Amino acid sequence: MITKEDVEHIGWLARIEISEQETVEYMEKLNSVLEYFGQLDELPTEDVVPTYHVAEIYNVFREDIVEECLPQETVLANTEYKQDGTFRVPKIG
Amino acid sequence: MVYENPDGIRIGLEIHVQLNKLKTKMFCGCSSDYHNAAPNTHTCPICLGLPGTLPVLNKKAVEAAIKVGLALEGEIAEETQFHRKNYFYPDLPKGFQVTQYDFPIVGKGKVVIEGEDGEHVVGITRAHMEEDPGKLVHIGSIEKSKGVLIDYNRSGMPLIETVTEPDMRSPKEARRFLDKFRNILEYLDVFDGNLEGAMRVDANVSVHWGTRVEVKNISSHKGVERALLYEIMRQKNVIRRGGKITLETRHFDEGRGVTISMRTKEEAEDYRYFREPDLMPMRVTDWIPAIRETLPELPDAKRARFIEQYGITDMHAKALTSKIMLADFHESICAQGVDPKIAATWTADVLLGELNYRDLVIGADVQGYAIICYNQKNPDIVRHIRVNDMVELVTFFAEGKISDRAAVEVIRSILDSKEEKTPLQIIEERGLLKAESDLVTMAVEETIAENEAAVQDYLGGAEKSLNFLVGQVMKKTKGTADAKTARELILKELKG
Repeated sequence: MITKEDVEHIGWLARIEISEQETVEYMEKLNSVLEYFGQLDELPTEDVVPTYHVAEIYNVFREDIVEECLPQETVLANTEYKQDGTFRVPKIG
Repeated sequence: MVYENPDGIRIGLEIHVQLNKLKTKMFCGCSSDYHNAAPNTHTCPICLGLPGTLPVLNKKAVEAAIKVGLALEGEIAEETQFHRKNYFYPDLPKGFQVTQYDFPIVGKGKVVIEGEDGEHVVGITRAHMEEDPGKLVHIGSIEKSKGVLIDYNRSGMPLIETVTEPDMRSPKEARRFLDKFRNILEYLDVFDGNLEGAMRVDANVSVHWGTRVEVKNISSHKGVERALLYEIMRQKNVIRRGGKITLETRHFDEGRGVTISMRTKEEAEDYRYFREPDLMPMRVTDWIPAIRETLPELPDAKRARFIEQYGITDMHAKALTSKIMLADFHESICAQGVDPKIAATWTADVLLGELNYRDLVIGADVQGYAIICYNQKNPDIVRHIRVNDMVELVTFFAEGKISDRAAVEVIRSILDSKEEKTPLQIIEERGLLKAESDLVTMAVEETIAENEAAVQDYLGGAEKSLNFLVGQVMKKTKGTADAKTARELILKELKG
């Protein structure tokens, strides 16, 4: 069961502000999703290898060859917070 | 002798190593050669974490990881896969770091170090691939930061994180492990340890077999010993005052040599790892035989061979193989036919000592020709030490043409001067060649020491023996000595 505290924790981890009303709403929705998945537990899956990728593709690589980078102005084009070619952000923590 | 570990110290390390010998980053074609570049000039939509981009793994990074795994005698996983580690920090533009979680490429392995009581095995728990985050520069100190500047040039650089068992029992053992580890990686040619940020270490340390504390941000392999000494002292003091060690993360302040408690997070770390859907799993064990073929002779094997092949001491062999470029340098010198033992002494004892004294480190080499050293504190000071110069110097010394004091002076002169002069030029300029008479005196002394019978005969009255002795001196000096001088010197010696 997902509790209100769980929803608040998940919201904090994702840095999403959730109102009191939303917390209750999300709790109910998440629980109904979990309940739905709970039905799968009724199936015997002991001998089934977990599927992590639906595509049966392995070993996708590129060669170690240098390609062109973006110019600094382009990289910084979408921010107004810049200083000496870097992004400037508020202090952390 | 068995090391008792009286304080019950256990140290485990997590070492992040940049695969900076690769030309490009882990998941994009951005050049890895960013160390002297302006900020944010080595990035692209992939390593900036822009939406809608698709990372593709650098094949060479996987090969390098397997190389490292084999050198650590680690198991290479049948199937391996990337995960996303989710957290918010501005060095990660995507909001997650691509790393490996429960399917690391390298499993259990080991490294043998010289421990407190002889050979000591340090277990490797695992090694995995991940991407480097960007670089943050705090305005002001990390504690009183006013803001942060971000450069994403480093973002997406390929890393290997190696985790050891808590098998080290002293800060010294931790440093030795790192020295050995770094040396192995340089032998494998996947890593240049001289580049800034190439190796970063976190250490777990506990005393009295107690609760461990994690010390982060140890940026140099020399820093590890200081950080651990401080942290062990701190923990012992806490316990002595009746306090308790709590599980926490501390930050090493390299400048002050202390560890600082980071504010404990109100919420426990919760990275919500999940499989990285953009990257396909790998099955690469069939690469192993071919990669094993390319593995170079590793430090321990080279050290044993040096002792065997060159007849040098273990101490010299250890010093010479402590860096692959130095080992190659020694082999190039010996290949020119000089006495390997004398060469080893001049390289391992004198040259290395003089380099250390000047904060010079070997940064590069031109194989078979020279090693290139630079000053750690002032990288503009660069010195080339040529194989031919060492050969010339060792030969002069071995033939007795210069004294050992003069030979040291030649080495110092090479290291102290920007002008690139050969030993012969320096010897001539400074008049270091032993005087002709010195050479004859030496030959006379040797002759007398080696021909006791003839000396006794002469002292017993057999004048002819003196001619024999003069003849020997002439032979030793290859005829350069003046026979009359030689005769006088012998008489002087015998009478004196």
